[in-house]
Amino acid sequence: MLQWIADNPRIFTVALQNHLWISAAALAAVLAIALPLGLALTRRRALAGAAIGIVNVLRTVPSLALLVIMLPVLGTGFLPSVVALTLYGLPALLLNTYTGLTEVDRDIVDAARGQGFSDRQVMTRIEIPLALPVVFAGVRTAAVQIVSAATLAAFIGGGGLGELITSGMANFNFPQLVAGALAVALLALAVELAFAALEWVMTRSTGLRD
Amino acid sequence: MIRLEAVSKMFPGAARPAVDALDLEVPSGRTCVLIGPSGCGKTTTMRMVNRLIEPSAGRIIVEGEDVTTVDPVGLRRRIGYVIQQVGLFPHMTIADNVAAVPRLLGWPEARIRERSAEMLSLVGLEPGQFLSRHPRHLSGGQRQRVGVARALAADPPVMLMDEPFGAIDPIVRGRLQEEFLDILRRLKKTVILVTHDIDEAIRMGDLVAIMRDGRLVQYDAPERLLAAPADGFVADFVGADRALRRLSLLRAMDVAEPGESGGLRLPGSLSARDVLSALLAEGRDVATILDGEGRAAGTLTLAAIQRLSVLDNPHPDGTGRA
Amino acid sequence: MSWLVENYDRLLVALWEHIQLVGVGLAISLALGLPLGVVAARRPGFAVFILLVSGALYTVPALAIFALLIPYLGLGFWPAIVALVAYALLIIIRNVSTGLRQVSPDILDAAQGMGYGPMRRLFAIELPLAMPVIVAGIRITVVTQVSVATVAAFINAGGLGDIIFQGITQDFGEKVVIGAVATSALAVACDEALRRIEMRLRAAQADAL
Repeated sequence: MLQWIADNPRIFTVALQNHLWISAAALAAVLAIALPLGLALTRRRALAGAAIGIVNVLRTVPSLALLVIMLPVLGTGFLPSVVALTLYGLPALLLNTYTGLTEVDRDIVDAARGQGFSDRQVMTRIEIPLALPVVFAGVRTAAVQIVSAATLAAFIGGGGLGELITSGMANFNFPQLVAGALAVALLALAVELAFAALEWVMTRSTGLRD
Repeated sequence: MIRLEAVSKMFPGAARPAVDALDLEVPSGRTCVLIGPSGCGKTTTMRMVNRLIEPSAGRIIVEGEDVTTVDPVGLRRRIGYVIQQVGLFPHMTIADNVAAVPRLLGWPEARIRERSAEMLSLVGLEPGQFLSRHPRHLSGGQRQRVGVARALAADPPVMLMDEPFGAIDPIVRGRLQEEFLDILRRLKKTVILVTHDIDEAIRMGDLVAIMRDGRLVQYDAPERLLAAPADGFVADFVGADRALRRLSLLRAMDVAEPGESGGLRLPGSLSARDVLSALLAEGRDVATILDGEGRAAGTLTLAAIQRLSVLDNPHPDGTGRA
Repeated sequence: MSWLVENYDRLLVALWEHIQLVGVGLAISLALGLPLGVVAARRPGFAVFILLVSGALYTVPALAIFALLIPYLGLGFWPAIVALVAYALLIIIRNVSTGLRQVSPDILDAAQGMGYGPMRRLFAIELPLAMPVIVAGIRITVVTQVSVATVAAFINAGGLGDIIFQGITQDFGEKVVIGAVATSALAVACDEALRRIEMRLRAAQADAL
């Protein structure tokens, strides 16, 4: 692996950059959509049931299917990859945002309202901080899923480390294939560990855990 | 003062009002206990005072102001609120919990800090030891102490307490009830307290309101409630052993009859019920009651105690604590 | 839809291959995972180890696993099965041990008091009570395997992924979409069927207790 990377630094760096760039864009989109949507759903319980039903179906759709299903409509390249990965990461964060907020102890909310917190203050000072650990666990899951599934973006011309695997396969270049596979595996693990560490630091600082 | 005038609450889809044209007045500095079977409307009544539940009809006057027309958020900052589950904010330190309302009111930080420490001492917690901790490190009793400190922090004239001892283990409960009662009396708070425990109602209340089906059945001092239940429902509710409950409200010192006997010598601070127990245990029929200095202040006989316990026999001086 | 009308038999063959991949993968995973799960329930250290390894393995992309197996196992059905079992095994072990450890100690105590031996107790009391959690694990496993098996076409293991990859190389959009819809439908159907079984088991237990 290291030998191949040393021999082809340029190809490797471009693939890694692409991979990170697609994943970051998709994760940003997931954050931008799931956080406000999850919050809004807690205020519209009637819609929430339907939305969660849809999201649960979306969650079972295989990653490869999700990546290729829009191929005829969106074509190939960066944008369709980001759209598909956004859909792929969305369920984890949306569900965690929603359940994190709805599972905040109602007695604590009642106490806050009874002390004279306005609806907005209850949300920003009580509900959101208390839901944060669950929400962040959702961010972590979504991030790992996206980085992992971004490997498949190679099939729709999105580039990334998966491309090292597919073109390695096509050209019987096994050192390249193994380098790509190991790199993406290590990247996924690194993202998992980084977010786990961040989560640990964050929950400690909220005082919810020792 | 808190006054409810013809207050009703009709929940959508309910067959009958949860609270039905209720009139209730709690004089300043007094504690009113709302009690009754589940579904009688006691909690709804309390929660209408700080408008966590909006009344369907009627007026609620708190400290001279009709609260049904004011901004509910501002109102709640002027009313202390304590609930059974305590509801401490788990992500905040004890200091920040106690400081919650003063901070909402925009007090300067220095005054908030001083006040938080003062409040913790008031409820019997060492500030240096507790201020920087989080709620999960506290026992149930300590949490409820913080709950009360938080409710008192902005010095509200009025307090609402919803089963504040409900989640506290029985051994701690008695002491906490006594301490809270003492604090509320000293600070001259006007209190509405909801409970389902008749012993707690009798111990904590200057006035006890017994409710049933959204209406007031009897509103009286605890002594009167025990001595003269308005009807069979109240009699059942206060219990078959109400004679004993009544005796436990009477201080031996206050009901002793003049004279002195050679029998048992007991301190006057005991209740008539304690004196009865002592007499029965010792097989005597008379005890000498001693005053604070240990001098004989009078006697209590079994016959006299029995007379005191008879229902419909009002308190010797004709009034209750109210 | 013309491709589908003319080639529905090819779709059915691919579907059958896909089901075989998942079925064989699941059978092997259960055969290995159930006994190991029982061991994990008895040995917390082993359970922690499984949890760590499964967490790590689960983050590794399926395509990477397949690619890494090529130098050792080559292409085809059985290398794909190895990857499917690797993903599934740890979920099964985790859920079996969690399910067993959730059985109330009172019930175990009562069983012991009534004279159940350890084996009897395991099969007559513990496993039946742990069944909802075990089925929940099977559900996650099957949905994961349907998804991973799609990618398995990359190493010539057949299945519905084959139709997707053919569509991509032939630049034939309809074929890609049909393959994708079919795998999604299979995943959703499996998930729903197992969800119902899980719910029924939970309801039966709730009634009984």
